[in-house]
Amino acid sequence: MEAATQPMSTGGRPQLGRSPASRLPDQILRLGLTAIAVAVLALLAYFFVKLAIESRLVFEEEGILGFVFANNWNVAASIYGALPLVVGTLITSALALLFGVPVAVAVAVFLTELCPKRVRGSLTIVVDLLAAVPSVVYGLWAFYFLIPKLKPVEQWFADTFHFLPFVAIDSVPGPNYFIAGLVLAIMLLPIVCAISREVLATVPADLKEASLGLGLTRWEMIRTSMLPYARRGIVGASMLGLGRAIGETIAVTIVIGDSPILGHSIFGQGYTLAAVIANEFNEAAANPLHKSALIAAGLVLFVLTLLVNSIARLAVMRSERQSGRPISAGGGV
Amino acid sequence: MNPRPTDATERPVQKAASGGPPPLLPLPTSASTSTSAPRESAGRTRQVELRDLNAFYGSHHAVKDVNLSFAPRDVTAIIGPSGCGKSTMVRCINRMHEEIDGARAEGQVLVDGTDLYGAGVDVVAVRRAVGMVFQKPNPFPTMSIRDNVAAGLRFTGAPRGEIDERVIGALKGASLWDEVKDRLDQPGAGLSGGQQQRLCIARALAVEPEVLLMDEPCSALDPVATLKIEELIGELKERVTIVIVTHNMQQAARVADTTVFMLGGELVEVGATHKLFTTPEDERTEQYVTGKFG
Repeated sequence: MEAATQPMSTGGRPQLGRSPASRLPDQILRLGLTAIAVAVLALLAYFFVKLAIESRLVFEEEGILGFVFANNWNVAASIYGALPLVVGTLITSALALLFGVPVAVAVAVFLTELCPKRVRGSLTIVVDLLAAVPSVVYGLWAFYFLIPKLKPVEQWFADTFHFLPFVAIDSVPGPNYFIAGLVLAIMLLPIVCAISREVLATVPADLKEASLGLGLTRWEMIRTSMLPYARRGIVGASMLGLGRAIGETIAVTIVIGDSPILGHSIFGQGYTLAAVIANEFNEAAANPLHKSALIAAGLVLFVLTLLVNSIARLAVMRSERQSGRPISAGGGV
Repeated sequence: MNPRPTDATERPVQKAASGGPPPLLPLPTSASTSTSAPRESAGRTRQVELRDLNAFYGSHHAVKDVNLSFAPRDVTAIIGPSGCGKSTMVRCINRMHEEIDGARAEGQVLVDGTDLYGAGVDVVAVRRAVGMVFQKPNPFPTMSIRDNVAAGLRFTGAPRGEIDERVIGALKGASLWDEVKDRLDQPGAGLSGGQQQRLCIARALAVEPEVLLMDEPCSALDPVATLKIEELIGELKERVTIVIVTHNMQQAARVADTTVFMLGGELVEVGATHKLFTTPEDERTEQYVTGKFG
């Protein structure tokens, strides 16, 4: 900075100074990038405020808590309780993580550590290609193929393990939470897998050798050296996947059953925040309260995503503090 | 090239066993024996012999026709310039070499007569019998001091009740106990570099290997920490056969009974440390130890 004010006066060493013109590109770059970064944040804040304003009507009608925690969404009766949607979103997302993340991490471990080098590249591309399938195609496939195939299995499971909580149901409907969770699991698999793979690839060789040199088997090495090191990145990957699962609309709309009342079984029909918006935005145009309710659903979805993300990050930070030095494997989202 | 003549006379058993089937004291080759065998053999050191050992990285021939034997209760130092194959050779002894993509080894590594590259030998069992300490201290970053030392034990199926005792034993063995006894549950990564390396030695000792390979164990450490490790090596050689790779000739002179000089993947000279450093037989050895190259 001082050099800028008196650039040429450093006692016969003019080459140490720099003309203001030559500093310009740096400054433009810095300002430009700062502006873009600020714009992103501003956009986020704008969305939040706009959604909040537009949804005021329904909050005045139902109360904020009433809107979020009432278990009935009945447009005909002008009752807007989003609990079935919120819980439906959480259930399907949780199921998706439950089914999807272990498979994704397993595939990532296989690709980085066990896969023969020759097929690694092509296999990686195939897994990545899962992300290229449009979500509506997953929905269609699930509706016409997965649902009929799985229905007997679900019924058997529900009957056999009826004593478990949230399992029993008299007659399993075709579209339900479980199917939606399964479809979401397939959809979040490629992204969770891709990031986990990158993170696992950063596990230092000396850490792996520490395990192998100790006489641990490959699986024990993966458990002892690789997964703990990559944990933070894997959680980050799961959060990205979760973001996809929470917000996914079309595929879920097709296979969730559109039941506006909270079911009592994972095999029951349900609804999610995103699905209700996709289904009803058209008819809501003429009804200000309905429209405001849908926007409020969007706001809740927004807040839910932020909340889940923050909780997950906190959980990772806490577990890291307990285990001492933070494991910097990147990939934290 | 020239294994020390004394070995053949001192240990005729080895000679007899050399061509035949695996003899009396095989390494634990099955999972069931691997849990108990290291305990029985605690305190017993092993004769290690390399025969026509060749190692490759793809097409690069890194270790060429090495014949060598390491005597029990002996510290053998491997010296030589960078890239001479000394680390590679040592990594062949516990079959860590083959972990690298495209790397392979040929020849025999006999531990008390059993070929580690023979059929039916399990690589996991090999590494339990032949422990290794690496160049850079590599404690498990997410584990406490206690868990680091216990890591190998847990997986080898040591009885739960014994683990604590053996952790303490290993930490004492690695001269680390007094420094960490009050903070066993703190992360191993929080220790100083020298302490971390001794933690890694303790971790290796905990599974009671018969041979301990050390691949430039002090290269990342300061002189004081280095000295401690060297003292430790002197104590440990009563319990395990030690092979240490070092780029530091003074270190070899301080810790080793026998020194091996390697160059370009070949074994140039083997001899008692004192002799190798003062009156080497090979001209190249003399040039190296007098600092004319390397």
